[in-house]
Amino acid sequence: MADAPQIPDEADVRAQWGDFAFTEANMARAKELISHYPEGRQASAVMGLLDLAQRQVGAQTNTQGWLPIPVIEYVAALLDMPYMRVFEVVTFYTMYNMAPVGRFHVQVCGTTPCMLRGSDDLFATCAKRGMKKGATTPDGLFTLSEVECIGNCASGAVVQINDDNYEDLTAERLDFILDELAAGRQPKVGTQEPGRHTVEPVGGPTSLAAMVKENHDYRGEW
Amino acid sequence: MAEVTAPPAPPPFVGPLEDKDRIFTNVYGYQPWTLDAARKRGDWDNTKKLLEIGQDQIIETIKASGLRGRGGAGFPTGMKWSFMPKESRDGRPSFLVINADESEPGSCKDREIIRHDPHKLIEGALVAGFAMRARAAYIYIRGEYIYEAKVLEAAVREAYEAGLIGKNACKSGYDFDVFVHRGAGAYICGEETAMIESIEGKKGQPRLKPPFPAGAGLYGCPTTVNNVESIAVGPTILRRGASWFAGFGRENNRGTKLFQISGHVNRPCVVEESMSISFRELIERHCGGIRGGWDNLLAVIPGGSSVPLVPASEIIDAPMDFDGLRAVGSGLGTAGVIVMDKSTDVVRAIARLSYFYKHESCGQCTPCREGTGWMWRVMERLVTGDADVEEIDMLFQVTKQVEGHTICALGDAAAWPIQGLIRHFRPEIERRIASKRGSAPVMEAAE
Repeated sequence: MADAPQIPDEADVRAQWGDFAFTEANMARAKELISHYPEGRQASAVMGLLDLAQRQVGAQTNTQGWLPIPVIEYVAALLDMPYMRVFEVVTFYTMYNMAPVGRFHVQVCGTTPCMLRGSDDLFATCAKRGMKKGATTPDGLFTLSEVECIGNCASGAVVQINDDNYEDLTAERLDFILDELAAGRQPKVGTQEPGRHTVEPVGGPTSLAAMVKENHDYRGEW
Repeated sequence: MAEVTAPPAPPPFVGPLEDKDRIFTNVYGYQPWTLDAARKRGDWDNTKKLLEIGQDQIIETIKASGLRGRGGAGFPTGMKWSFMPKESRDGRPSFLVINADESEPGSCKDREIIRHDPHKLIEGALVAGFAMRARAAYIYIRGEYIYEAKVLEAAVREAYEAGLIGKNACKSGYDFDVFVHRGAGAYICGEETAMIESIEGKKGQPRLKPPFPAGAGLYGCPTTVNNVESIAVGPTILRRGASWFAGFGRENNRGTKLFQISGHVNRPCVVEESMSISFRELIERHCGGIRGGWDNLLAVIPGGSSVPLVPASEIIDAPMDFDGLRAVGSGLGTAGVIVMDKSTDVVRAIARLSYFYKHESCGQCTPCREGTGWMWRVMERLVTGDADVEEIDMLFQVTKQVEGHTICALGDAAAWPIQGLIRHFRPEIERRIASKRGSAPVMEAAE
């Protein structure tokens, strides 16, 4: 299992995360999430709480966060769930990191629609920069993952970095974005195709042209 | 005496759609998604009056419009709603679950609705939820749609603050809540019972049916799971009438539809068009044609990765609807159209989909858990030609053993792309095997 996550030694993890607790803001958010579900169904909030916990770990380590065992135990206790039920959820869904990641989690979509639009070149760009799938660069900046379709097919190839999508990518455009991030600057998110707004055909929409300039109300034409 | 015959029915409208007949007018997000802006476009316009039509009449109207589910399977939406109990005999509430777990490779339409027109979805949730007598809607949005989920949550907040949902929604006297539930990266949660499991805080593993969700779904209560697009078109259908919506597309394939075209076209895009528009018209009008011209078209996956590919000659003039694509051995699915030109390594393109299904199998049923991995490994060898010709037949046979032998349709979805490849591109696979062995296929000499 060469590509298995490299989980740190448990004694060290316990020493660092043993007294993990939500911040006040996160606790308020957690309570709001729990309130979305009927009485006694608080387990439904487990996905939201794990996400919050991972983000808090990320904020405390200046990375994208992961879920150490004591943190999972904390969430389980909060929701009155057996630890194993929560651990199952952590292992089942790909967005929970089982091992630490870097400051930027570079998730390159490699599924067929993006492959047709050149995702091979994006992986080559990452490889040239010394990034390896499933690993973090020695400077702690970039973790590279290949992910399955992230649903931006009409503006592929696409890479999701932390919470932002970068679309219509080529090798050069991705190189530029990674340079900017490494230098501490925030590049433009969304499509990188000059002149393109979102998912309209490049060169301007073939429908709904009136919407470009004004919030057109079509009801008068019904 | 001349025989009296009924006048011939007018041919169905198959596009191009006029802007005034498009439902998702802000699909490209040129204008804000906010409540104010959405109201100016016609959303939340006297929704109370829509509810006053009455629950059964709303369902009848949706039935009459011919709307079929937009999430892939194409089940008639109105009929699905009618399966919900009209009254609770044992005190259990009913739930509406909206499937925004858009993860099918090639599909990217719900994302545009959610980030650019979220109020269409929320209004649709109220109308649909009211019609099926649901207590609340849970919108299950895939975890990777982070920005989209933020927009949706903000839009839900706006709707609550304006009194459009919540207690006495739109002053109709009906109480209806809308909650956003974020996923965390599992394709299988797009399957309706897996989605219900996931909302309950478990691994997203599909349930055996029966019981069907309409009998026992979320928390054991009657539940209907609908796709985002199916829900979001509801209010417009009610405002403009069933016959308006049924005026687009061929019999049994009515309405307008968001098409998402990716791959080797000159200008990939998402666009709302009439159902049954021909593939050629769709691509010419909105995508600037095939990269390198129509002669350069190799094959098309017309409905997201789960449907078999269709070779160029068969797809070019096919109508883009449920029946038209079934006639060419494929399906409309989510209308995520993946176009491949002649530069494509078609075996590798399908092998990558096999990897996708291997990655996304939930591991519950043996034929799928073991089969997806096995099929992917054989596909990888077919890409390089490192295989025996007999293995092609063996692979086909294994796909048949996976198909239909699993709890959910993921096994079928993993099998169909491979079957389509073997059906249409077997000579290409055989050529690779022959050239790997260093010998071109030898034609037998005539005696």
